[in-house]
This record gives sequence, C-alpha cells and structure tokens, in this order.
Amino acid sequence: MTQPSGKTKSLSLVLAGSGGSGVITAGNMLLAAAAKAGWYGLMTRSAGPQIRGGEAAALLRLSSEPVSAQPDRYDLIIALDWQNVQRFSDEMPIDAETVIIGDVSAAKNTPEFVTEGPAQRGDIDFKTMSKAIKGGRPNMIALGTIAALIGLPDDALDAALVASLSKRGEEAIAASRAGVEAGRAIAAEMPATPSLPAPEGEKTGRWLISGNEAAGLGAIRGGVRFVAAYPITPATEILEWMSPALTKIGGVLVQAEDELASINMAIGGSYGGVPALTATSGPGLALMTEAIGLAVASEVPVVIVDVMRGGPSTGIPTKSEQSDLNMALYALPGDAPHIVVAPNSISDCIFTTQWSVHLAEALQTPAIVLSDQALGQAKSVIAAPADIAFFAQRETAVTPAEGEVYQRYADTGSGVSPMAVPGTPGCTYTADGLEHNPRGTPSGAATDHNIQLDKRQRKLDSYDYGQHWAEQEGEGDTVVLTWGSCTGPVREALEHLAGTDHKTRMISLRLLMPAPKEQLIKALEGAKRLIVVEQTHSGQFMGYLRTNIDLPRDVEHYCIPGPLPIRPGDIEALVKEGTPS
Amino acid sequence: MTAETATAPKHSPRDYKSDIKPVWCPGCGDYSVLGSITKAFSELNLDPENVAVISGIGCSSRIPAYTDCYGFHGVHGRSLPLATGLKVARPDMTVLVASGDGDGFSIGGNHFMHACRRNVDLTYVVMDNRVYGMTKGQASPTTEPDWDNALTPGGSGISPFRPLVIALAAGANFIARGFSGDQNGTARLLKEAIEHPGFSFVQILSPCVTFRPDQKEWKDEVHDAAVDPTDDLGRAARRLMTDDGFNTGVLYRGQREAYQPPIGEASASVSDLEGKFAL
Amino acid sequence: MSKLDINNKGEFLAHAHALEAEAAAQYADLAEQMDVHNNPEVADLFRKLAEIEGKHIGKIDDKAGGEAIPHIPPWEYKWEGGQSPEAPVEMEAHYMMTPHHALQMALKAEERAADFFQRIADHTTDDQVRALSAEMAEEEREHIQWLHEWLKKYPEPDQDWDEDMDPPMLQE
Repeated sequence: MTQPSGKTKSLSLVLAGSGGSGVITAGNMLLAAAAKAGWYGLMTRSAGPQIRGGEAAALLRLSSEPVSAQPDRYDLIIALDWQNVQRFSDEMPIDAETVIIGDVSAAKNTPEFVTEGPAQRGDIDFKTMSKAIKGGRPNMIALGTIAALIGLPDDALDAALVASLSKRGEEAIAASRAGVEAGRAIAAEMPATPSLPAPEGEKTGRWLISGNEAAGLGAIRGGVRFVAAYPITPATEILEWMSPALTKIGGVLVQAEDELASINMAIGGSYGGVPALTATSGPGLALMTEAIGLAVASEVPVVIVDVMRGGPSTGIPTKSEQSDLNMALYALPGDAPHIVVAPNSISDCIFTTQWSVHLAEALQTPAIVLSDQALGQAKSVIAAPADIAFFAQRETAVTPAEGEVYQRYADTGSGVSPMAVPGTPGCTYTADGLEHNPRGTPSGAATDHNIQLDKRQRKLDSYDYGQHWAEQEGEGDTVVLTWGSCTGPVREALEHLAGTDHKTRMISLRLLMPAPKEQLIKALEGAKRLIVVEQTHSGQFMGYLRTNIDLPRDVEHYCIPGPLPIRPGDIEALVKEGTPS
Repeated sequence: MTAETATAPKHSPRDYKSDIKPVWCPGCGDYSVLGSITKAFSELNLDPENVAVISGIGCSSRIPAYTDCYGFHGVHGRSLPLATGLKVARPDMTVLVASGDGDGFSIGGNHFMHACRRNVDLTYVVMDNRVYGMTKGQASPTTEPDWDNALTPGGSGISPFRPLVIALAAGANFIARGFSGDQNGTARLLKEAIEHPGFSFVQILSPCVTFRPDQKEWKDEVHDAAVDPTDDLGRAARRLMTDDGFNTGVLYRGQREAYQPPIGEASASVSDLEGKFAL
Repeated sequence: MSKLDINNKGEFLAHAHALEAEAAAQYADLAEQMDVHNNPEVADLFRKLAEIEGKHIGKIDDKAGGEAIPHIPPWEYKWEGGQSPEAPVEMEAHYMMTPHHALQMALKAEERAADFFQRIADHTTDDQVRALSAEMAEEEREHIQWLHEWLKKYPEPDQDWDEDMDPPMLQE
C-alpha cells in the first residue's frame, strides 16, 4: 500500500540483476530520461568478473541540483534476481527507510543483508509479468516501477526508451513500452519512496557525459590530434571515444601492441609537431615510465591520462583508488621534473585535460593527468562547460640566420627553448635521452648536466599557473585538503556544514607537480584545523603534502583505500565529531 | 640509366653527415653503413630536413647524431614505435630507423614483429654484429650458441633465430640483407628499401672489430644471393628458411599497401563532437 | 674479373674522379677516427694521404677540359668490392694501428687502383680512354714506389703492437 511520500532534493536507487537481464541498459535509459526531464544525475555501475551474464548493478543518484558524489544511503533497490547481489552489498548502504523490491520467484535467494536488514520490502513478479508481454523483458517493467515511484515524467522516459532502442526496431520499442506500462501500474502496490520535485522542464546548456569521454573531449579541445592506444580497464573508453572523433576532426589514432609502444608512438608523433596523447591505468603507466623520462630529457610534449584503479599490481581493475600518486610523481629515473595534474569532477575532466595539453606543449614536457575509475566510468549530467582559451601553443624554431647553428636546448631565461618541427630547413637536430649540451650533442660534462637540469626545472617553476592550481570553496577555519574524485563528497559535506557551527572550507589540488607550495601555504593561512582526505592505504597524499610544506603535527587524516567510494556523510561526521560515521 | 644522362643529385652524401665525429671503434662496420645511408639519401634527392633518423640504444643507434637530418635517439628497443608515431603523424617525412641486433631483436623484438605487421612506410636498418657491443660483449638473439662470453660462459647454448624469416611471417613488405664491406651495394639496397612502400627491413651484417674479431672472415662468407626478389610468400619462406645467413641482395619484395591512416582531413568540427553530449 | 668496359671519356673521368674523391674522403674519415681514438701519429699520416688524394682530384678535373663530368649512381661504378679501389678499406683499421699498418692499407689501395686503370687500358676500344687510363695506371705505379720508400721508415712492428691492458669501457 503506498503512503504519501515526501519530496526530496536527491534520490538514490539501485537496479540489480544478472545473466543478461540488461540492468545497465535500463540504468542508462533512466539517467537519460532524468536528464531529459530536467534533473541532474550521477550513475555508476558495478559488476561481477564475468564478461557476459554476470551479476550487475546500476547505481543512480538523481537530483534537482547538480550532484558530484555518491549518496550516503539508497532510497530504493530493485533486484530482478538475487544472484550474487551479496557481492554489491558494501556499496549499497541501506536503512529503515530504504525500499527493497525483489522478484517473487527469487525470494528464496534473498541475501542476508536484505532479510536481516531494516529496509521495507516489496515483491514483484517480474518474470511472469514479462512473459505476458510479447517480447517483454523484466528490466523494462522495473523501469516503469521506478519511474512511477520517483515521479519521473512519462514523456521523458519514453523519449529515452525510443532513443535507446530505435536501432532494434518498432517491435522492440512497443514491447518495452508495454513493459514500462505494466511496471508503472504495479508501483501502486509497493511501499512509497520519496520522489523528486517535478522538474521545470528541459533545461538548456546541459550535457550527459562520462569522465572518460570528458577527458577525451578536453584533449581534442586542447589540440591533440595524434593518439596511440593500448586498451586497459578503466581507461579504454577514452581511446574508443577518441578514435572516431579524431578521424572526424582530421586527427588519427593508432593501436599499439603494448604500453611501451603506445607511449613511444605518442612521443614520436609529438616530436613530429602534432600534439599527442595516450591513456592508460596504473599497470600501463608503470610500463611507460622509461619513455616518459625520455620525453622529459628530450623535452618533447606529451599527455598521459592515468585513470587510476585499485592497486597494487593488477589490483581491482573495476574500482577506484588514488594510489598511483607516488608513481606519477616519483617513478621516472633520475631527476625528471614534469607536470602532474588531477581533475576533481567529471566536468573538470574536460578542463584539466585541456589544460594539460596546453601545459605540455608550452613547457615541452610530459603531463600526467591523474583521473580515476570513479570519474572515468561514471556518467553525469553537467552544465555545458565554458570555452576556455587553453590549447596547444608550442614555441617552434625558425631557420637560423646564415652562420648560426640552431641550439635546440639553448639555456633561455624561461627555460623553454624553441623546438624545431621536422621539415623546417636549417634546424635539424637529434632529440636525445642522453644528457646533452645546448646544441643537443650528447655530453656528460658537469656544466652541461647542471645547465640542463636547471633549465628543465626552471621552465616548470617559473611558469604562471594562475588560479587553476586548486579549487577552493567554502568558508571557515576548518580546512579540508584533498584532490581528485574525493572533491565531490567533500564539496557536498561542506554544503551540509555551511549553516552550522562547523563551517568548513576546502582546498582541492589540481596541480600536483610542480608542487604549488607558495600558493598552498598562503591558502592555508588562518586555518585552525586541517583535515586531509584521500583514497589510498598508505597515505600517499599526506606524504606528498609533508614533503612540500610544513604541516602541523596534529593534522587529521581520513585515508581510506578503494574499492568503496568516500561518502559525504563520512566527511561531515569527521568534521563534526572527529570520526567518520 | 647511362653515365651521360644521370643528373647530379642536389646534395652530396657528405651533406647528410653532421660535424660530430663518430666514436665507433676504427674497423667497425657501422662507418661504412653510414656511408651507404648517406649515399642512398643523396641518390634519392632527399632534402636533409625532410628526413628523420630514429634509433634506440647501442653502438649502431648512435647514428642519428652523425647525420645532419632530424633525428631521435630514443630508449633501448623502442625505435620502431617512436618512428611509427612520427611517420603516421607526418607522412611527408622520410623515416629511417636504425638499430642493432640486441636493441632490435631482443628488447625490441615485439615491436619488430608488429612493425612488420603494421606495414607503415618505414625503412628499418639493423646493423647485425651478433653481439651486444655497447655493454661489452654479451650474446644477442643472432649470436651463435657456442660463442664464449662473460655473461654466459661457454656460450648461451641457445640457438639464434632468423630475423628475416620473422620479418616475412610478420608481414614486412621488403626484405633484404647487405654487408657493410660492400658500401655501394648496400647503398643500392637502402635506396630500394626506402623507395619501396610499406615496411622495408634491411639486415646489414656489420662486423664488430672489438668483440667479434672473428667476423673478419665475413668478407669471404657473404655472397650475392643472385636471385630475383620474389613476391611469393611460399617461395620466400623456403628461401629464407634455407638461407645460410650470408646471402646478400633483395630477397623479398611484397605488394602490400602501406598503412597510412589519413591525417589532416577534417569532416567535422569540435563543436560537432560536443553536440553529441548536449541534452 | 669482368665488366671493365669503359669506352667513353665522360664515363672514364667520372670513374677516375670518384676513385680519387672517395679515397680522399675515406682517408680524411680515418684521420678523424684516429683523432677521436687518440692516435695522433697515424691521424696525421691519414690526413697527409687525404691531402695527396685531394690533389689528384684536381688533376683529373683538369683532364675533363671544362666538360661536365657525368654523375653515376654509386652502385653503378664498374668496380668490385663495394667502394673505390683506391679507397682504404675502413674495416682494416684498428685504434692502435701504427704508421706501418696505415701505409700498408694505402699500398694495397694504390695497387688496386693501378690494376683497375691498367685493365681499363687493356680492354677499352676508345683511344682517349686508353691513353688517359694508361697514364693514370703509370701514376699509380709511381705512388706504389713512393709508398714502398715511405714504408722503409716504418718497418713491421712487434707482435704485441695491439696489446691494450685496459678492458673495453661500458658506455650506455
């Protein structure tokens, strides 16, 4: 029996099922429908290790306002079956208000966290109902039930359905519509969930995009036109999105035989004058470190996106963590200064990747972009990003005057020396990983080594990064220091704390190398309480901070490794009570 | 072409040499290979700024600095992907890749196979002296199994493989072998290799005077294969599998089309791409 | 040895020019190799030989009498051994070689050159070529004599001339 439900700003739900039940497709449709209706949303997926037929869950958070964090709890869980859903139980915090609906026929498989838990229960006979419809499928019925429970407008869901199924033909659309109808009808018999306020209609200027797509787009906006690709979870989608995109805008993607090849190809393409990129995850970045060092020594621009995943080694490929920080900063042989930046949201994947192309090209150096699985493989509704003026602007060399010899690695004041594009007469040079003199001839002399080491450091240190080194939000003398995908939950916690006695502000670092020490010290002025938040086991970010600035002894440290997301409630409790919830 | 009708090239071979003096041991075959390469460039009328010489690490890989073309002295074993990236991004450049038997066939082995398969228009010159010279004399993938050395005393005990057969099986479009003692003959092979589309592989037997003084005998062991370069895979396979390692000449000339995805031809704008995300 | 038919002046001069030019270049190259490998005595000797060959180029160009010497692709020269007969064989060099060895290299080169020109003279059907070639052959024989004289100052060294107590150096 339904009860009158309350309106809520944000609503979170899970749709789970296995063996080809299509819950991810249904989840995607739901997000697209919500977006069309004018809501915001964030969707992630969890799955078992099987390639097909495995247990899967679509986790959605829908809201009338932009959302960038996983929820503290779920309002609704619908399981088409209970096969192995226990696997996901850690990711679905529930309480007494949660409504859990399962398939009647699977009742005896209901996992413990449901049967022993506090949630309200309901059952729907998805299987029988779907059999009653020609071409009917349980996931469409569930979709209809969800739509009715949360107040999703009919036309938005229908539009999303048609868009998703149009390739399958009219019969598939008709069958799905019938399923949705049946699902709507049965919702009346379920416990009530909160619903979202009626959206004000389609808002313009919004996009539906994943973090990986955003990174790819940012790169292209920045001027990347050559990509070398080797697939790896969870970065492959960047490369797969970029491949046809590059062809359309006059660029090219080449598939490499391994990561050793992909990074070297990118460097070769860049040496030829074309801004270049590759994307990978932790294990791939480990293979690339030698060549990234080559790019540092030979001063060749290149962008490497690392979509971090659970480590160490093969780790947890489908989950997120921030534990490649040390490798990105310190894994290159020798003293090899370079750029490391990190996007702090799905939307920021566009800006930060675009900025990294500009930095790499302006400073003739590799730029590592530390994204992660939480951003990369999540889809979100975002405000359409502004056009920004960061794009590839490499300082190139011209044919020298008669009698002058081109000095590729000239010791300039800024540290940046003009880079000849192959084909330019009179400035032939050999780029080299060997230490060299200003002309580029290999040299082991002390003076030359010192000059070049200073040059490569100076060019990064003397560059003006502007205000983009960090995002700073909120007010208060409690400061949360964080980076990357932890920013979303911290930001949301700050919103909840804003009206309380625990006003808190956040500094989320975007530029990690060169370390923005002075800016950070200045930003920390007046802080009475400092909390560092990161998603690693060994506290890599804390180590980075202590290496670069003097931190007080009593800094609090919220340091949790993957695979579970950090939630706003944990941060809020930490600020208020000193321990996470 | 008769002596009267050939026009003098724009640049002499010397124009492709830089003023940096090579540090190879006197007696090293690589001096002659440099001569062959520059002669080939000269006869092809290439402008030095439109040529790139890409290498890995090793004695032979020092070669880019000794040329006055664009060059990249990369990391060990990775000359081929470096060159592939350059050529795909800049199809207008002539790209020559230089390597040795260690750099090219050991650490670079995987890239060797895939470069043959990918068939980008590159010319790959491997100066094969059956030893790791730069690191003072260890066995390489083409070293005889009983060659005594410090790292594997008494010899590695492992048979060498046949790089030309691997090249054929992996899809190389042009396969030749030269000998550094025949500078002009090798120059001709290189000219043909550069002209031939797709991936051209030229193994140049280039003796190491310091670690393999026994290779002085090579000048008596090499011989012109005196065959037509076949384009028949079966015939080539048989020829290369039964080859004694000293047949010189063009041994295989294939008809595969070079891999060169188009670059620079836009059919859409960045805002078109962005439009796909708009709600 | 076959294929030594050269029956026109232009082709002959092209060969003669390249024969000397490549020899000069090769001696200059060897001089640099000796510089880099800290063998100044032999470096100077090779430099001298390069200079001498350079002068020969001038004499050949004079014989062209203002006519352009045609260009021939390097592999179409009618000599065996892959390079100019008069050029020293670089692979016979050694970083510790002595003037004796250098002069031996030069001697063999001059002998090859003399033989080359003589065979042309013997087989050509062209009178001008025969005269020029015979002249060159004779000049080469003078050089051979002169090298023999020079060699008297540098007898064969002891057995251990190439003994280097230091092992090779690791570089990269």
